Amino acid sequence: MPGLDALPFPLPTVQQVIFILIAGMTVTGALITALAPNLFHNALGLVLAFFGVAGVYVLLEAEFLAVSQVLIYVGAIATLITFAIMLTRGMMFGRTSSTNRLMLSTAIISALFFLVLTGLLVNVAWPEIGAELAGSEQMIADLGEMFVTTYLVPFELMALLLLAALAGAILLARD
Amino acid sequence: MLQNYTFVLILSGLALLVPVAAIVLGHFLGPRRPNPIKNQTYESGVETVGDTWVQFRAQYYLIGLIFLIFDVEVIFLFPIALAYQRLSLFGVVATITFVVILLLGLLLEWRKGALEWE
Repeated sequence: MPGLDALPFPLPTVQQVIFILIAGMTVTGALITALAPNLFHNALGLVLAFFGVAGVYVLLEAEFLAVSQVLIYVGAIATLITFAIMLTRGMMFGRTSSTNRLMLSTAIISALFFLVLTGLLVNVAWPEIGAELAGSEQMIADLGEMFVTTYLVPFELMALLLLAALAGAILLARD
Repeated sequence: MLQNYTFVLILSGLALLVPVAAIVLGHFLGPRRPNPIKNQTYESGVETVGDTWVQFRAQYYLIGLIFLIFDVEVIFLFPIALAYQRLSLFGVVATITFVVILLLGLLLEWRKGALEWE
């Protein structure tokens, strides 16, 4: 194809095309979550956005995070949100609206937050890793070893945190 | 590493394509002669009772919460299982402590009757 070399911009690589597709999916999901008038569609949009974020993690070669994202966010949290919607009678029958009187202030705060995040993204000197990463299985095993050596205290504290969450959930739901 | 995910990508594409193709083809090719019986909600051939959008029981939410907590536990145990061959005895004991703390939670909900379906 001789004409392709004459383009004023470089052609995107396959990886870039896939990233654009995944990013588009994530943004679509996020927009459905924020704007769809039916609360149940909001929840489904959230699932789409969660899957998109998992895809971004895969592209960043963070496999463990990607699997955690699908198992915890898609598998458990999205299910929980769907249950919460189905449990609430008033929300199930189209009497909700995606806008209310707080819309203006929320929009302003979200825009400011977006500006802060963009500023951080541009200005922070992010560390670049030049070295080749170890195999993914090796990396996850290293993570597991660190849980019980370097990060032992946070690891055990997390068990306590989960226990407290469980106790709180039982206490709230039994009343 | 990303090459391993080519199959995931292909399968995702197929999973999207097949139902979309079935719906679109059905829309354009299928004859449409509706009558009231055909327009009923499909409920495995049985007549539907009541409204489809019923309110669910609150207990589903509690079970969902418990599932979420043990789901997080499993995610944390998975890397340790991969590193099991190189763990010291101390590491194994630490992992067992982690599981025992969460087992206390299971015991608690058992005692409180959160697992009973009433």
